[in-house]
Amino acid sequence: MKHRYLPMTEQDQKDMLETIGVSSIDELFSDIPEAVRFTGEYKIKPAKSETSLLKELGRLAAKNSNAQDYASFLGAGVYDHYRPIIVDHVISRSEFYTAYTPYQPEISQGELQAIFEFQTMICELTGMELANSSMYDGGTSLAEAGTLAAGHTRRKKLLVSSTVHAESQAVVQSYADGQSIEVVTIPHTDGVTCVEKLKELIDDETAAVLVQYPNFFGQVEDLQVMGDIAHANGALFVVSANPLALGVLTPPGALGADITVGDAQPFGIAESFGGPHCGYFAVTKKLMRKVPGRLVGETTDDQGRRGYVLTLQAREQHIRRDKATSNICSNQALNALAASVAMTALGKEGVKEIAYQNIAKTAYARQAFEKAGFDVKFGPAHFNEIVVDLKSPIKEVNKRLLGQGIIGGYDLSLVDANLANHALIAVTEQRTKEEIDAFVQELEAIHA
Amino acid sequence: MHNENQSLIFEISKAGRVGYSLPELDVPELDVSSILPKQLIRTEDAELPEVSELDIMRHYTALSNRNHGVDTGFYPLGSCTMKYNPKINEAVARFPGFARIHPLQDESTVQGALEVAYDLQEHLAEITGMPQVTLQPAAGAHGEWTALMMIRAFHEANGDTQRTKVLVPDSAHGTNPASATVAGFDTVTVKSNDNGLVDLEDLKAKVGPDTAALMLTNPNTLGLFEEEILEMAKVVHGVGGKLYYDGANLNAVMSKARPGDMGFDAVHLNLHKTFTGPHGGGGPGSGPVGVTEELAAFMPKPVITKVDDRFVLNYDVPQSIGRVKPYYGNFGIYLRAYTYIRSMGPDGLKAVTEYAVLNANYMMRRLEPYFDLPYTQHCKHEFVLSGRRQKKLGVRTLDMAKRLLDFGYHPPTIYFPLNVEEGMMIEPTETESKETLDNFIEAMIQIAKEVDENPEIVQEAPHTTVIGRLDETKAARKPVLRYTKEA
Repeated sequence: MKHRYLPMTEQDQKDMLETIGVSSIDELFSDIPEAVRFTGEYKIKPAKSETSLLKELGRLAAKNSNAQDYASFLGAGVYDHYRPIIVDHVISRSEFYTAYTPYQPEISQGELQAIFEFQTMICELTGMELANSSMYDGGTSLAEAGTLAAGHTRRKKLLVSSTVHAESQAVVQSYADGQSIEVVTIPHTDGVTCVEKLKELIDDETAAVLVQYPNFFGQVEDLQVMGDIAHANGALFVVSANPLALGVLTPPGALGADITVGDAQPFGIAESFGGPHCGYFAVTKKLMRKVPGRLVGETTDDQGRRGYVLTLQAREQHIRRDKATSNICSNQALNALAASVAMTALGKEGVKEIAYQNIAKTAYARQAFEKAGFDVKFGPAHFNEIVVDLKSPIKEVNKRLLGQGIIGGYDLSLVDANLANHALIAVTEQRTKEEIDAFVQELEAIHA
Repeated sequence: MHNENQSLIFEISKAGRVGYSLPELDVPELDVSSILPKQLIRTEDAELPEVSELDIMRHYTALSNRNHGVDTGFYPLGSCTMKYNPKINEAVARFPGFARIHPLQDESTVQGALEVAYDLQEHLAEITGMPQVTLQPAAGAHGEWTALMMIRAFHEANGDTQRTKVLVPDSAHGTNPASATVAGFDTVTVKSNDNGLVDLEDLKAKVGPDTAALMLTNPNTLGLFEEEILEMAKVVHGVGGKLYYDGANLNAVMSKARPGDMGFDAVHLNLHKTFTGPHGGGGPGSGPVGVTEELAAFMPKPVITKVDDRFVLNYDVPQSIGRVKPYYGNFGIYLRAYTYIRSMGPDGLKAVTEYAVLNANYMMRRLEPYFDLPYTQHCKHEFVLSGRRQKKLGVRTLDMAKRLLDFGYHPPTIYFPLNVEEGMMIEPTETESKETLDNFIEAMIQIAKEVDENPEIVQEAPHTTVIGRLDETKAARKPVLRYTKEA
């Protein structure tokens, strides 16, 4: 058959079969026993030409309400942020995206150096001593931080704050189940982790305390207090942080975190219906040899020239097999590259500016809601999300907003029955004052 | 490519330059300390680079020029299926209706995305012969672990808590035993026989009432089809264990044999391999898992299903192992895979496998006179040569791999699988032309001659790359894992 991805000609095929010494391609499959031989044809859709497939998939894409056509106030872990145009230009260079893991450093210096720079930027933002080359996402990074802590402390209990993203909590639970680790949830009061409860729950079986910064409700929690409690009990302190917020927030590394994880999606990575995003994993030096996944290190070649290699591989599955620190193999390299480009474009000043704009716009929205008579729950220490009582079921509210070109906030009744009619509303730097005003007005109209 | 050190982005940074464009703040200025406690307000800047947009483009363009991808040249890296990455996939993944949608939007606003996911599940179910498919796992290893957790949940639901062992052949990918550990199992290694296949007698000796599962790659990592697969299934099922298929090598058998028909209970696929992901320099991947109806009750939730004409996220899965990942998997990657499958159709996927296997056998037979070939039967999509003969002359497989760099090729996978001495695992894929294969073969033959006549040139390779062999011991002994500004 002729296909644009298949260069074989009939003559090629004939010549090659002759070299092999068989008369047909079928003969090459003679080792597959008759009983398991698939002789039919897959009952799947027939091939489409480039043009007609683009048309069909374009129609499917058009069925989805997207953040280009709508003003989105939906966050809850995935955000509509400024994506510098150059991000896509860099990650579209096929020397990057068609390469495999850089196991041959002489012809992979580009990727290796890019990862080394990513590791450095993550360290700078989080205040940690070292970072790996990426993980699948924020949720699995947090889960692996939990299992790392259990292995490191030889303890079998994790305390996870109820203000951690519900889906991340669920992933932590699944990974813990695999290793027979107990997960205990720390309740929250007024939208932040209850420190008194943490003190009650922690004991000498606790491997780690896991919290989120800013937390799921958008609140900025006082990490130091909780870190101190963890350390006083011989447990590790694990913080899942939004790296973009760290443009303005004190880095977890300066507040006692032993492991800081999170998702770099806010830096130049498309929402893409929830994936692929880009987990990051940063630790203190003492945990260096426990880190999951790939690490890039600097070294020199035989002529003394600086270069980069994958290093400390004795931690990894392809060397240690069942004794590895994790089973992770593929990571999110291309998205780490995207995040690197976005962090580079924003740079030292831009990362402060963008974080500041998020806080300022959210504070403005908060006031606008209050002025319009809506109750904004929890304290004023927010980053770019607030919890607002919209006085009607959020599903219905959002349906009406959609008709006005707005994607509404997250329905908190899905995670907490006490929060019926409450929405988690995200206001990033992408939202204009006009959009915020219109959003509040629409809600007023719905309520009226 | 020039040979000077490529500056780090931090080294070209200069205070006062910017590479971004944010709109002016259109709401009132805020004193951050009016809402945040003092100790939570950052006082020390993160030292990110200060560079212009052109600086950034030049920097990353220079880095890309120091990187080899499939679009740069032939990449016969065994077990990695480095086939061409179609450009239509990239275009589709960037449609705003796919790239700019949020996972927590109401179902009714993402019907197009859910339809893609659902239809892909249906396609993968047919391709693997497994009735149910989840797209949630982020990569192959993640899929392995997900499936093992489902198998564990199945056994536990039956009160079979004594099934603590997972059997793994000695030729298996490293992720198999690692995933077994992460899922809470102990690994038992099963030996290979003289033909490079699982030693059935050893398998029989090692299964028992404590067997949870056997993990198997078929064809295996030597590129050989496990001909006794039905017998192996009988042995494992006979003691109540489950059979797990590592789909890393599916490119070898599409339309020729389906895991579901071979007796497998669970299968993971690497969409970034067989279904043109792409690899992205190490990820992101996508590792869907297909299972039998019996195991389907334990799938991660939510399950994407169809009710009448609507596509829905079903959270009502009482025996589910829970979530393995936030949201619904790496949508952007499986969307690319879906686009690929729809570009190929049933005839196309069949041709993919046939040409992949034809290419591998052709290369194997042409290289056989020059290198040791430990297993001589027809291979599937890849084959493994041994550098034993060259090693006796003082040249190691690593040296030959490095010498290939001078010819502009990415080398094969080396020193894997572990049961071949000085192994070189070659997987050409179906997207390469005969001319490309012939040129590579000629390079290999020349290297074999150099080993005989002028071994130094091989031992000291590479000679033409931007950098020479790097000191990995130094990198590990004194790890430098980040840039630090010189004081």
